[in-house]
Amino acid sequence: MSQELPVRPHVPSWKLIATLAVAGVAAGLLIVSVHLWTQPRILEHQARALREAVREVLGAPETTTTLYLIEGALTEELPPGVDSLSVERVFLGFDESGQRMGVAISGGEPGFQDVINLIFGYDHASARVLGMKVLDNKETPGLGDKIVKDSSFVAEFVGARAPLAGIKPGSGSGAESEIDMITGATISSRAVIAIINHRVEAVAPLLDQYFRSAAVEPGASSTVAGAGGGP
Amino acid sequence: MRATTAQHDLVRGIWKENPVLIQMLGLCPALAVTNTVANSIAMGLATFFVLTGSSLLVSLLKRWIPREVRISAYILIIATFVTLVDMLLAAIVPEIHKALGAFIALIVVNCMILGRQEAFASKNTVGRALLDAVGTGTGFMIAMLLMGGFRELLGNGSLLGINVLGPSFEPWIVMILPPGGFFTLGFLLLWLAWWRERGAEEKPRVRRWPHGVRPEGDRRAA
Repeated sequence: MSQELPVRPHVPSWKLIATLAVAGVAAGLLIVSVHLWTQPRILEHQARALREAVREVLGAPETTTTLYLIEGALTEELPPGVDSLSVERVFLGFDESGQRMGVAISGGEPGFQDVINLIFGYDHASARVLGMKVLDNKETPGLGDKIVKDSSFVAEFVGARAPLAGIKPGSGSGAESEIDMITGATISSRAVIAIINHRVEAVAPLLDQYFRSAAVEPGASSTVAGAGGGP
Repeated sequence: MRATTAQHDLVRGIWKENPVLIQMLGLCPALAVTNTVANSIAMGLATFFVLTGSSLLVSLLKRWIPREVRISAYILIIATFVTLVDMLLAAIVPEIHKALGAFIALIVVNCMILGRQEAFASKNTVGRALLDAVGTGTGFMIAMLLMGGFRELLGNGSLLGINVLGPSFEPWIVMILPPGGFFTLGFLLLWLAWWRERGAEEKPRVRRWPHGVRPEGDRRAA
């Protein structure tokens, strides 16, 4: 039986290994060169999207300054040798007269399909949310993605007092912390509210500490306002 | 004679041997990302690019790829193209890249692409392999658009995000959820079978089955 099968010429193993090795090296080089070209553009897109989001949730600030979370405290100075993208950041926004408008805080937690990433503006003095924008989500089109597309849901966050409480539409008592959840997108709405609450809980004490130390140093706030910079 | 072969190579994949509707290949993206027309178009284009690029390379390099490692080599070529598409989409059209998410990486395991390399590109000239890839890619795109259009229309009342069924239409949410993909595919296949059957009754002499496919009871010579 076996003798009747056509015998293929034997290819030595080294030839097989060499073929795949050469192909692998060529593929690797191609990918690296395209990566070098695309990486700055991808980072630029992300930075621009973040900049626009910060402007949106803070209500078009004149200047913004970035605070980095270093060793459990917020600071404007990034220690040398630390990548600004690898540390947690919040963004302080100021109006033309140098008055603080609020802090933009980002955060992410699992929604229905995948992690929902959002950014929101927060006024520390009054504990109010200034605005919310979902940066990144994979929620179900037509249902969960209403957290982005339903403008009345997004508008509810403006002026709401933290900690927020999600309620069934129409069952509210009119309290400032209440957010009507979206029918058919309960998990996604609840996730959005939870992200904001958790982030406020985590960042508020840090802001307290930062503003206290900033108030002690005279003229600190004016240098901050003049410093400009951005996310 | 050559023109006929070229035409055949190009047209075959579009309808008669449509990868999704007839060959039942590439069903994973066809079920997963066809919940809107925009996603279908983006996925169709990305797959088209990967398929054409891979077919070109495989047919060019076929002489140097030993039989024993051909599948590994094809996958390497396909994976490289997919990685390039992923990075280029993120750099050039970040919005579309965001919408497609993880599905771009999954083009690697689309068996339609590997199938064309093994069945056609590795055995034919560069020109024929390209025509075949363009035809198959177009066929895939047509199937994706059929599914995406149907699902977005019924599931959201819109096409390409533009509302066409009016505010009084109550969307069939299930159509944009995963089960809707199966319903739509099942419905499309049913309709296709009915349509072919009907065509066969009307003009039985020109009935031709795709290469290698012949139903039982069809005793005519191929």
